[in-house]
Amino acid sequence: MNVTRGFTGRPRVLDPGLPPGQYDAGDDWPVLSAEVTPDLTPADWTFRIDGLVAEPRTWDWDEAHALPASVYEGDIHCVTGWSKFGVRFGGVSLDAFLDVVRPGASATHAVAYSHSGYTTNLPLADLTGGRAWIAWEYDGKPLPAEHGGPARLLVPHLYFWKSAKWIAGLRLLDHDEPGFWERNGYHARGNPWEEQRYSGD
Amino acid sequence: MAEATTVTEPAAAGATVTEPTGAFSPPTRFAVPGRIAVSDRAAALWQTATLTEIRRETPTVATFRFAVPGWAGHLPGQHLMLRLTAGDGYTAQRHYSLASPPDDTGHIELTLDHVEGGEVSGWFHTEARPGDEVAVRGPLSGFFAWPGDRPALLIGAGSGVVPLMSMIRHHRARGLDVPLRLLVSARGPEELVYAAEYGAETTAVFTRRAPEGVPVGRLSAALVAPLVAERPPGGWEAYVCGSNAFAEHASRLLVEAGQPVDRIRIERFG
Repeated sequence: MNVTRGFTGRPRVLDPGLPPGQYDAGDDWPVLSAEVTPDLTPADWTFRIDGLVAEPRTWDWDEAHALPASVYEGDIHCVTGWSKFGVRFGGVSLDAFLDVVRPGASATHAVAYSHSGYTTNLPLADLTGGRAWIAWEYDGKPLPAEHGGPARLLVPHLYFWKSAKWIAGLRLLDHDEPGFWERNGYHARGNPWEEQRYSGD
Repeated sequence: MAEATTVTEPAAAGATVTEPTGAFSPPTRFAVPGRIAVSDRAAALWQTATLTEIRRETPTVATFRFAVPGWAGHLPGQHLMLRLTAGDGYTAQRHYSLASPPDDTGHIELTLDHVEGGEVSGWFHTEARPGDEVAVRGPLSGFFAWPGDRPALLIGAGSGVVPLMSMIRHHRARGLDVPLRLLVSARGPEELVYAAEYGAETTAVFTRRAPEGVPVGRLSAALVAPLVAERPPGGWEAYVCGSNAFAEHASRLLVEAGQPVDRIRIERFG
């Protein structure tokens, strides 16, 4: 360990909710999308699941909202270093969508893609069991466009680049296929508790 | 409080210029393909960087020069991860854009804003002195990198101009003739980072106080549209860096002026 002369850092807060190498962003919620925020209204929005499923399906805004509502209250973690505690997203559990399309036995992974063309890959196991949502509300209000509104994928137990903004669909696959950041050096899974930031971490 | 940082993905220097291809393509064409092929080697290694010089740029911004003997080199627009370690083992790490051009062998420069309450930028601006050692990992990012090949239209605000200055310095150092333009926004002349370095490629916009004869105002379509319309052969690659509010504003002006969204690369502080 090479100590930096004169560096003390912030007061130590014993925070079991903070993954290694992260800091508490407090009230800030930085926006870090690399592309132009798309001009997408709820009327334009659709969400599709296809690939290795029994019945591929596309939902529009109203059809998606007809599914049982579900809320995530907890923390989110960005690979750039900030974590945000006690956020509240509203939407629908991804399980509700997957129950309709019925993933095949050979489906092991998914590529999530956005209406902007952004992609990110996830193990199917990270998208099921009440750990992933399609979210359209933040703090009881419509999700702002710069944060992925009208609707984004929410996978809060992984670094937040996995929670694709402006979610357009999931394609289920029998293998892992890297998405945009993952093709460019980011970790395939991105578990903040194991500090899986970059490929090789 | 978030410090001025950059995001994106790791890359190795000297990487060949390619457009990465993937097996699955979403129905919408991907907005922003990466610019360079990446390797994980340089990105995975923490190295010691020794501070050799501090240069003041503005009342709140300074440039920090480091010797990093094992630095693998980088492309303009890339960034690194920097780590400070306290006596009890506590660490703080941030992403910072590289300000220096690639040909500065064995040395790199970072230009850092003194962020209010920023534990890393605060250390740099109040404690750091030549001889101090910090840890760095990189270069990172293939997405915002500019290899010097395509015409580049650069738009930055505040310390968002830092990765863009690396591009300008590279353009000059190599004597490149590919078109390069910079629109830089600052609150006032005394807050304009690198004020003495800009040349004919640059137009500065002042949002609060301007020098004699220069209007005060926000970056506008009247400035952006004519530049986009010049459209050199092959088209502009646009690079936008600044706060989220600025990036939203600037990218909207670019789109309205006809710049294709898949040729706009954005880095937002956070």
